[in-house]
Amino acid sequence: MNALKKAGNFANKFAKNWAQLVIRFKWPVLVLTLLLAIGLGSQGKMEFDGDYHVFFSETNPELEAFDALQEKYTKDDNIILVLAPSDKNIFTRENLTAIEALTAEAWNTPYSSRVDAVTNFQYTRAVGDDLYVDDLSYQSEDKTDEEIKQIREIALKEPLLVHRIINTEGSVTAINVTVRLPGEDSAAEIPEVTEATRKMVLEFQQQYPQFEVYTTGLVPLNTAFFESAQNDLALIGIMLIIVFIVTFLLTRNIFATIATIFVVLFSIISAVGFVGITGIKLTPPSSVFPTMILTLAVADSIHILITMLQKVRNDGYSKKDALVESMRLNFMPVFITSLTTVIGFLTMNFGDVPPFWHLGNITAFGMTMAFLYSTTTLPALMAIFPIWKSKKVVKKEKIGWYSRMGHFVTRQPARLAIISLAIIAVLTFLATKNVFNDEFVEYFDTSVKFRSDSDFINDNLTGFYNVEFSVGSGESGGINNPEYLRKLNDFENWLDEQPEVVHVNAFSEVARRVNRSMHGDDQSYYKVPANREEAAQYLLLYELSLPFGLDLNNQINVDKSETRVTATLKNISSAEMIAFSERSEQWLKNNTDKPMHALGVSPTMMFSKLGFRQADSMFNGNIIALILISLVLMLALRSLRLGLMSIIPNVTPVLVGFGIWALYKGQINTGMVIVFGMTLGIIVDDTVHFMSKFLRARRELGYDSKQAVIYAFETVGRALVTTTIVLVAGFAVLSTSAFALNSYMARITVIIILSALIIDFILLPSLLILINKKTDEELETNKLKSE
Amino acid sequence: MLILKLNSNIMRKSILAVIAIATIQFVTAQTPEERGLQIAKAAEEADLGFKSSSVELKMILKNKNGQTSERTMTTRTLELTEDGDKSLIAFNSPKDVKGTATLTFTHKVGSDDQWLYLPSIKRVKRISSNNKSGPFVGSEFAYEDLSSQEVEKYTYKFLEEKGNLLIVEQDPVDPKSGYTRRVVTYNQDKGYRIEKVEFYDRKNALLKTLTYSDYKLYKDKFWRAGTFNMVNHQSNKETLLKFSDYNFGIDLSDEDFSQVALQRAGN
Repeated sequence: MNALKKAGNFANKFAKNWAQLVIRFKWPVLVLTLLLAIGLGSQGKMEFDGDYHVFFSETNPELEAFDALQEKYTKDDNIILVLAPSDKNIFTRENLTAIEALTAEAWNTPYSSRVDAVTNFQYTRAVGDDLYVDDLSYQSEDKTDEEIKQIREIALKEPLLVHRIINTEGSVTAINVTVRLPGEDSAAEIPEVTEATRKMVLEFQQQYPQFEVYTTGLVPLNTAFFESAQNDLALIGIMLIIVFIVTFLLTRNIFATIATIFVVLFSIISAVGFVGITGIKLTPPSSVFPTMILTLAVADSIHILITMLQKVRNDGYSKKDALVESMRLNFMPVFITSLTTVIGFLTMNFGDVPPFWHLGNITAFGMTMAFLYSTTTLPALMAIFPIWKSKKVVKKEKIGWYSRMGHFVTRQPARLAIISLAIIAVLTFLATKNVFNDEFVEYFDTSVKFRSDSDFINDNLTGFYNVEFSVGSGESGGINNPEYLRKLNDFENWLDEQPEVVHVNAFSEVARRVNRSMHGDDQSYYKVPANREEAAQYLLLYELSLPFGLDLNNQINVDKSETRVTATLKNISSAEMIAFSERSEQWLKNNTDKPMHALGVSPTMMFSKLGFRQADSMFNGNIIALILISLVLMLALRSLRLGLMSIIPNVTPVLVGFGIWALYKGQINTGMVIVFGMTLGIIVDDTVHFMSKFLRARRELGYDSKQAVIYAFETVGRALVTTTIVLVAGFAVLSTSAFALNSYMARITVIIILSALIIDFILLPSLLILINKKTDEELETNKLKSE
Repeated sequence: MLILKLNSNIMRKSILAVIAIATIQFVTAQTPEERGLQIAKAAEEADLGFKSSSVELKMILKNKNGQTSERTMTTRTLELTEDGDKSLIAFNSPKDVKGTATLTFTHKVGSDDQWLYLPSIKRVKRISSNNKSGPFVGSEFAYEDLSSQEVEKYTYKFLEEKGNLLIVEQDPVDPKSGYTRRVVTYNQDKGYRIEKVEFYDRKNALLKTLTYSDYKLYKDKFWRAGTFNMVNHQSNKETLLKFSDYNFGIDLSDEDFSQVALQRAGN
């Protein structure tokens, strides 16, 4: 205890000396910190990466499985252009001609490797004894009405087209452009493709205004990530204005406000430097760092400034003395709260999602710098600026709200504790009812064009989500084995019957259609060949008949031992997606031999499991954060018992937050997994301030616990409400993001921060009184004795 | 006067020199298009007269992570001068396509004719002639890369000369070709044999590079490469063709390139 007290005294002395030093060398300090901020800032470089792969660590098993599948066949990303003509009929000469023109143009998309449309669909038919494979509609402008009618009939009966390239009514059609991004610099490649696509669509619509064009696919998804990162970065503008207003209202001093803005801007500029030096490419989750730093850093300045201005206005201190006193009182709390916040953000490194590592590290660096600037630049600036004493005498706050709150709690601690704990218990139970959902289309709200276009496509044509299986035969050339083809056909049929499935693309369909055409288009031969040589030779013939870019290499591996089955799905939740995939895997296990067993993989599956993976990996991080932060508290409060007790008000807000969330949305995403560690570092401030004032009242002023609670309310009540307002404002700004990983995270953080304040005002004081009952009695008897 | 005379002498000489240079320039002043065509014709010329040949061929397909797959076949070619060459490719392996064979009549103008014999159903089927830009049996070779390279199938543009190498751009005449252009490197010291071809796709991006190696000279006149290596830069897949047992003494005739011959070819 003694050693700790000494340390405390040392800290007091250190803070005082620090403040005096900064004030004496105010100009050099200002210039040096300015140079530091500019120096770091000059290294800054903000690059964005929208590739959805950034959400997956290199060791993510779903990513590995999907990459393995892509290496076996073709690695491809796509752009789906959906055309809806105003006359609701694809099959007119004008519309087919337009589609053909856009299809031809789509081949010019950078990195394109394949373009699938209704017009270039490779229609297979028997003419006499020969096999003809040709574009379904070539040179559409020369087609007769009769021919167009035929094309319509063929297309609407074609299983490879319906629900994939055209809808059942023939009123909406898609052009699927497959691109092979080299993946050397996705920050450059994706915008290149997007720009070309947008230009192409614009020119198409100018030439053919009868079409509405909707765009979706993996490249537009990447672009949407890219653009929402930029939009969320821009939220910093709104937040700066809010910080300016809030700081001005709270301090009622323009110089204090300006000094605060300097500190937060220096912190953000330094963090930008950190981004440049570490070479981090910004993604939607990490792009919120400026707003985060701004929100968290402003609290440091406000604490120091409010104390200083109070000392000047109320206690008649000179500017310099007020500054030194404020620094002495706030140095340790600001240091501790910065430390816990940094610890909280660093725990994000335990997760499995790289953008959150970046967010954690950038913000942790920014907060460290914010601490430095708050204790150097801020006092230096305030020492330089004059203090205009306002003419209005600020009314001393009457025994008001905060005292009454204190009295209210001290009257009925047991009852309040029980009620609070009961509510917390109920909400904790509810919290377990949240389910993970990482549907990446729904990451974007309906204001984002990618989302509204994808919704249109889901409603009118096909699905956006899919699951793929690489079904093996166990031998080279084995895909022509009739046994394999039959089983594959069964799997295709089974998939088709599943309620989630919109469309199935399997090699068995190719085998069936070629077999039929080889038998004069006789429908009774629309089944897989019964003989291996036949199957192999038909396939050879069919492959020789396909044109450039429309080959089967995206469906068959080089060894002809495996084929790719793609099931396109409706809009379903991640949990349903995982259940569907497992059911399909189980079907293969039950009905086929070992080589045919396959895992369901796709970007959809990768996102579906991302939340679970993140939660699992964050678990240890959260425990470590809790232990570290509790240790910091024990040292700061110099009390093991209170340190342990502080776990209750620090952990329960998160439980309450998720409980309320279960009532509000009930679905949680990957972005929300990080809030435990992050908010722990933030809300712990309330506990620190409240408990330290409580202890001071007891240790230095000799109050009993009830009086100490009232004292704590009176001294820090307002400060806690103030910082909560700033934090809520900051996260409320982030919650307006159109990107759900950010907006949901921000929304639950708002709930948690508010819950934390309520818990610190009701449950924490009640518990403090209850656990100190025994020592209160001792205090009482001691008092009696001395009298 | 003397000065004048002297001057006129110099003048006369210089006029002559100008005329001489202009004449030389006129003779060599081909457009790049003419020079390109000339080179293609020279290459064709250099290979004239081989009459017929047969060769064993092993095709090795490789994907990005090194998985491979092999096919073997026998190719026979008959040289024709009025129209394009005829060729017959018979598959020996994999087992399930053994005996399958293609017969192709290349035409200098218009689409080629192509048939496939399927031993499993003992039938000859005609292959849609306008689709020849797709991959040949899953390899990185399109059918159009393997068929007889008739001069008339391209327009030409000479690009540059690097030592003994002549580089010519060739644009396919067929609108259904998968390429916008090919850049072909000829070796003018070695009978205009082709060393390398670069293929540019429809959006004019480099798609594939074909490198010829292990050249051998047959009958003192005909250069034949032992290895073709086709690398697809976009998919990172690769196909290797290994030729062995070139036979120029086989003396084939039209009858060996009939549909009847096609049915016998695999046996």
